[in-house]
This record gives sequence, C-alpha cells and structure tokens, in this order.
Amino acid sequence: MNRDRLRKQIGTLLIHAVLAAGAALVLFPFVWMLLGSVKSYNEATTAGFIPREWLWSNYLDAVTVMNGSVPCQFDAANPLAILNQCLLLRYFFNTVFVGLFVVLGVLTTSVLAGYAFARLNFPGRNLLFGILLMTLMIPFELTLVPNFVFMTWFSTPESWLATTFGLSKEGLHNWINTYYALIVPFTASVFSIFLFRQFFRGIPNELFDAALLDGATHSQFLWSVVLPLSKPALVTSALLTFLGTWNALMWPLLVTNAPQMRPIQVGLAQFIGEAGTQVQLLMAGATLTVLPIMILYLILQRWFVEGISSAGIRG
Amino acid sequence: MTTQDESHSASLPQQAAGAAPTATKRPRVQWFAYLYILPAFLVIGVFHILPVGYAIWISLQSGAVRRFQFTGLDNYIRALNAPEFWSALQTTLFYTLGTVPMTMVLGLGIAYLLFQKIRGRGIYRTIYFMPYIISTVASAIVWAWVFDPRNGLANHALALFGIPAQQWLIEPTGVFKLIGDGLQVSVPSWAEGPSLALVGIMIFAVWQVLGFDVVIFLAGLGNINSELYEAARIDGATGWQLFRYITIPLLAPTTFFILVVSLIFSLQAFNHIYAMNRSAAQQLGGPLGTTRTLSIFMFQALYEQNRAGYASAIAVLLSLMILGLTLVQFRFLGRRSENG
Repeated sequence: MNRDRLRKQIGTLLIHAVLAAGAALVLFPFVWMLLGSVKSYNEATTAGFIPREWLWSNYLDAVTVMNGSVPCQFDAANPLAILNQCLLLRYFFNTVFVGLFVVLGVLTTSVLAGYAFARLNFPGRNLLFGILLMTLMIPFELTLVPNFVFMTWFSTPESWLATTFGLSKEGLHNWINTYYALIVPFTASVFSIFLFRQFFRGIPNELFDAALLDGATHSQFLWSVVLPLSKPALVTSALLTFLGTWNALMWPLLVTNAPQMRPIQVGLAQFIGEAGTQVQLLMAGATLTVLPIMILYLILQRWFVEGISSAGIRG
Repeated sequence: MTTQDESHSASLPQQAAGAAPTATKRPRVQWFAYLYILPAFLVIGVFHILPVGYAIWISLQSGAVRRFQFTGLDNYIRALNAPEFWSALQTTLFYTLGTVPMTMVLGLGIAYLLFQKIRGRGIYRTIYFMPYIISTVASAIVWAWVFDPRNGLANHALALFGIPAQQWLIEPTGVFKLIGDGLQVSVPSWAEGPSLALVGIMIFAVWQVLGFDVVIFLAGLGNINSELYEAARIDGATGWQLFRYITIPLLAPTTFFILVVSLIFSLQAFNHIYAMNRSAAQQLGGPLGTTRTLSIFMFQALYEQNRAGYASAIAVLLSLMILGLTLVQFRFLGRRSENG
C-alpha cells in the first residue's frame, strides 16, 4: 500500500515537472519580450537576461516612432484630438470600435436568426438552415477578391446622402479606407447562429407556454425571458467574434491604406518596418499592444477557454 | 419588425388559454420568422454567397479591378503552368505536415497530463492557452528576435550543443540538406525538405496554436465516462493500457474534429507567415519564395500585382482542396447538431 502511494506521488511529481517545463517554454517569449522592452539597444543585442538598467522610456520612444517620429501630445482643451494625433491610440480605438460594432451586429443577427430556427415554424426552415450551414464550407480566400471589388463599388451612406441632396461636391466615396469595410461584411456569423439555435432549443417549452399565457409576444419572450437566460451563449459568441476581429490581418491590409484607418495588427506590422533594427523598440511596441488583451484574457480566461471548448472553433 | 410580430401572435394567448396546452404545439406558420432571419441572410447573402459565383466569374477575367476582360480559362492555365504555383502548393503541404501532427500530439499529451486531477490545472490551462489569444504580429516580433541570426536565443541554444549558428528566418536552404551538410551526408535535391525559414515559422505556429488543441482535447477527455477507467483499473489495467484502449478510441471524434479543422486552417496559412516574414525583414513569401504558401501567393497576385482574375483563379483552386476537407467536417458538424 505504501509503495503504491509512493509510486503515485512520484508520478504526480513527474507530471508537474513536465507540465511546468512546458509552461515555462510557452511563457518564455512573453518574458523575453517584457525584459527586452526595457533594455538599451546594446544590452538587447548582447546576451544577458535581466536588464542592468530599466529603460522605461523605450515605451515612449516606440510610440513616437510609430507616430512617424512625432511625439504624441495631449491637449486638455480638446482631449479627443489625440486620436487624430497619436497613431497608437488611434490603432487601438479602431480595433475596439470595429470590434464593438461587429460584435453588436453578430449578436443581433444571430440571436434573431437563431431564435427563428430554434423556435419558430415557417416554410423552408430546414432548407434555409441547410444553406447557412453550407456557407461554412466557403473558404475566406474565395470571397476575398469579390468582396474587395464590392468595397470599390459601394458608396458610403453619408457621401451618398450629401451627393443626392447637393450638400457636398466631393462626390461619392467608396468603402475603401472606411469603417464600413471593416465592420459590415462581418456582422453575421453562421457559427453564432448555429450556437444560438442550439442554445435556444435547450430552453424548456414550459417557459414559453407560461409567457404566452401572460400574453407575451415572441419578441417580448425573446427579449425578457430568453436573452437573460442566454448569458453563456452571448459571452461565447461575443468573445469569439471579438477575437476574430482582433486577429484579422489579410482583409484590413487590403481595404485600409490610410494610417488613421489601420487596426492594431496592421499598425503593428507597419511599425516593424519603421523601428527597423531597434529591437528594444520593437519589443516595447509589441508589449504595448499585447498588454491590454493579456489583461482582458486573465480577467475573462474562464469564458475564453470554455467558449472555445464548447464551440470548438478557431477565432 | 415588432408590429408584424405582435399582430401575428395576438391571437395566441386566447388560443393557449382556452384550448388544451397541446394547442401551442400544433404547427402554425409564423410568417414574421422571415423578418427574424432577414438581417443575417442579407449579410451572408451579399458577403458570402454572392461572392462565390462572382469569384468564379472574376477568375475568367484578365486585367485589374474595374478593367476586366474575359479570357476564359487562361488564368487557370497560367496558374497550373506556373512553377510558383506548384512550389506554393508544396510549401503549403510542408507547412501542414510540419504543424498539424506536431500540434496534435503535443496537445493531446499535455491535455492528458492535465486531466490527471492535477493541482493547479486551471493555471496550466490558462498559460498554455495564452499564446492563442495574443495577436500573431506581436508574438511574431518576439519569435523573429529569438531566431535572429546574430543575437537570437535559438543560436545560443544551438551553441550549447556545439551546433554552428544558423540563418533561421532568412535561410532558404532545405532543412534536411542543412542537417545532411552538417553530418557530411549528401542529400538528393528532392529530399531537401522545407527551408529553415519555413521551419522557424512552423515552430512559431505550433507554439501559438497548441493551446487550442489542449483545450479541445481537455473538453473531449471530460466527456469520457470515468467509470470506464475505474472498471479497467479494477481489472488490473496499467496506465498505458488505459490510455491506449480507453482514451484513444473514445477520444476519436474529438481527434477527428481537431484534425479536420487544423488541416483546413493550415492550408489557409497566412497570418503567421506574413508576420514572421515582415519581422525578419524578408519579402512576403521569402527568402527566395520558400515560405510562399498558396494563400500568400494569392494575396501577392491581388495586392502586389493587382491581378484580380489570377488571384481569383488561385483562390478557386485552393478552395477546391479545402472544399474536400470541409465536406468531411460538415458531415461531422451535422452529426453533432443531431445529437445536440
């Protein structure tokens, strides 16, 4: 018996050793990035682990380089002007702005469609749902060129209104370099519809019958009974959608070329060229963009991990 | 939307209150459902379904966007005759073979260890999953620095084993040829393998995606009935036997799902390569085009050469390959939805 317990303890110890070594390998690049971000150029390019002198000013330098060598200046009289003047903040603003609207769009379209497919009865329901599932088979690459062409065809609503009512002589402006191109094509997700349909199907019929007895309509039932119960599905869908927007690279590269319109990923890719061989600035720039999402992840990690495992997709 | 909804359901309460509860179960067409699905179908129709037909049409055109001219199958013939297409296909396959099995084996191993009711499981899971959350470009910057030819950690690590410094992300030579040269064995040109630059990117990609496989495998392990393990243990099964005869077979659906999803994603590889090429100050797809996958090849045709038709033809060819794989996944997803 004692020998058994000893064997078990050694086994547990071994497992911990392997897992800890793996975790250290996984974490190491982050540590290396953080340490590198506060070293001097000379120290960063020679071996040595802990910086002898912690140069916090690297972060400011990185922001300035990202800004085309113009330092960011905060004007108390006009605080929002910093978004036009400071590119790093602008990149973040773009990513968050686009992400929020995409998430809002996806949640709206998917909750409605998911509810219809789960609980409403209408001709062609299975056929339409089948068509939706079929679109999952279409790879992103195939729709890339046509959607890019669409972006050059579509006009922004404000330029259309201005032209139609003769308010401006600037003419029509297409969707290239606008938030529309970054948001609108992504405001529906078959995957989220599928997720909500599955979730809504699990809501007991008794709840619905009770609501009907109280004289509730479907829209009232959806809004005041179903949605409050659907927090897990809402959070999963929102996080996965946001992660997808956050990591998008090919599409924003294609449809934005003005620096003011870049999301953070594209902005950071641009910064790589600007910082050149200044490793410490590269690490500082990477740290600045990594920290916010890392903090968000550590706070919400349970939702992230469970969202991915219940959904089984890549963001 | 609301008005239609109300008018249609207005008669429902009386019906439900008056008749037996089964009355609500009688199929009754709720026409306003179409309004519920309209927004989703509008977006998916315009940006997902319509583009499929249009992509095929564009692939039959030559010229830049907005100056299309019909050329028939010319783009396809050009692509299939271009050595770059075949080398991009080869690179894509190298990338797939180099990342997918590796990530799955490591992912399963870690998930299995984590599953042994280990203390601090949550912390390990958080750590292993972290790279998956972090943006590809930011982590590529760090990895490119690790692989730096002059001061990178990778070369310091090689030096510990007495291996000479390597050029890593700027090395176009095949990795098997490099090993062969090191051992003074001559490697035939067909067996040179992926360039060291591509191998560097693959290491980075495995590091980034590993957490995904761990988390999905953990979920799959959680679905296996623990009584099976107990029964087998009572029958005197060893740890390896438990793993081999219970875990592996019962985990098969999860494994299959991860395999198909990973294959599809690695065939579409773009972000990791773009970010690493840029961080190593290489041209897209460089050095010497040895990291140019089909996605990169297509992107270059569109973005750098403004050849929309050619890019579309490459996309159609890539899609046909992915389609085959997705069909398999679709069947699987369909089966899951029936169960769920």
